[in-house]
Amino acid sequence: MRRLARLSGPALFAAALLLLWQVLADRQFISQAFFPSPSRTLVELYRQIVEGDLWAPLEATAYRMFCGWALASLAGVVLGAAIGFSRTARDTLEPLLEFMRPLPASAVIPVAILFLGFSNAMTIAVIAFGAVWPVLLGSLHGFVSIEPQLADVAAALRLPRLQSFVKIAVPNALPDILAGARVSLAIALILAVVTEMQASQTGLGQNILLAQRSFRSPELYAGLVTLGVVGFAINQAIVLVERRLLRWRGTPA
Amino acid sequence: MKRVLRGALIPALVFLLWEAGSRADLLPMDTLSRPSDIAVALAGGFVDGSILLATWQTVQAALSGFAIAAAAGILVGAILGLSPPIERTVGPSIEALRPIPAVALTPLTLLLFGFGLRMEAGVVAFACVWPILLVTVAAVRGIEPRLLEVAQILRLGFAARLRKIILPAALGRIVVGLRVALSISLIVAVTVEILMNPRGLGYGMIIASQSLKPDLMYAQLLWLGFLGWGLNAALTRAFGSWHGAFGPGVRP
Repeated sequence: MRRLARLSGPALFAAALLLLWQVLADRQFISQAFFPSPSRTLVELYRQIVEGDLWAPLEATAYRMFCGWALASLAGVVLGAAIGFSRTARDTLEPLLEFMRPLPASAVIPVAILFLGFSNAMTIAVIAFGAVWPVLLGSLHGFVSIEPQLADVAAALRLPRLQSFVKIAVPNALPDILAGARVSLAIALILAVVTEMQASQTGLGQNILLAQRSFRSPELYAGLVTLGVVGFAINQAIVLVERRLLRWRGTPA
Repeated sequence: MKRVLRGALIPALVFLLWEAGSRADLLPMDTLSRPSDIAVALAGGFVDGSILLATWQTVQAALSGFAIAAAAGILVGAILGLSPPIERTVGPSIEALRPIPAVALTPLTLLLFGFGLRMEAGVVAFACVWPILLVTVAAVRGIEPRLLEVAQILRLGFAARLRKIILPAALGRIVVGLRVALSISLIVAVTVEILMNPRGLGYGMIIASQSLKPDLMYAQLLWLGFLGWGLNAALTRAFGSWHGAFGPGVRP
């Protein structure tokens, strides 16, 4: 009963907000052209789901996002491990990476367009470039911050390098890598939206842009809702994966 | 010294090969340009002031959005942090907005404000408000309860409480959120310009790319890299010691 009361407060607040919006829009206090009533947005969303207009752009955006993210994760883990283990690699790569990291990922879009044109490869390259940093930093931190005691154990057991890498370094780095991967996935979604707006590729981002250009505002809001749901869902999904993979740690830190 | 040399090795090699390759007609000039041309374009942009103007436009939008986000984030964050019941009620509605990628709002702000400073600042503000808001809520909740009791005894109003007790006590942690938001603001501003807003460095790059002037495009990209790097270095110097690109405690 108390739990119900605790949940009903937030729900009531959200419902009240939406209701206020609905009434204001219906009474034309706020312009339907800019703020269409929530019911019109929901009807549009429902139409897209029933008629299947939603799935193709959703799939295209998700595909792009995952490809870019996978590429970024792979590169990030490999680079992070290399820099973490080798002083030479670190000294050689650090200044370059330090310069590239603050660069807005969207700023490489014009460069990517020159090389790859308006293609899926272009969007995936841009996504990978932007999403690589959190994984890279996470994996670097994870590989470097091995507890001295664990390293001593490996030395005492005379584990070969490969085995100590697999049995000690990787499990130690995994939480940091996954935390980085979660941030990367969020960035990948953002960049998927940006690149497909820029490069006119099918996708959720382009849908929003086209809706705006033809002043179909319910469609625009439906697109925003979809993106919000997708963003929320992928975050929850990776939290679940994290819990599964890191079960051995006991209570999550 | 040796470390500096090693770090300069790859960029120097790349620039050398790049220049040599383009002089020997091995590299396509229409996509790659060549380093000397890029340097000339960069210098030209500074001399005729076009790069400085674009930089000002970008920075102006980034800072305007950041200021809006800071004001809104700290105010709302302080309210939510002070009152757990309000936080419980309003929190989920705010959480529902957070996963929307800020740049996806670009078409909406265009619809509302048209092209220009206001739409760009709007998107920047939406992107920047979350780190500030979240950090403020946590910081205000972490304030020593006795300080708040003092405020209660002194019967300070909300504004006075915010100014005299809450902000000074929580500022140390709020600054962390502001720092994150400031680096986000520049990125989002450039992104909005690249997407559609006809002003600033991002737009300059897109135009240079589409009018097949790769030298100008790379010049602006380079300049943007320096700006971001300078902003990052300045922020780290102002708010914490310099740890290099990879954060504290990473020195193998």
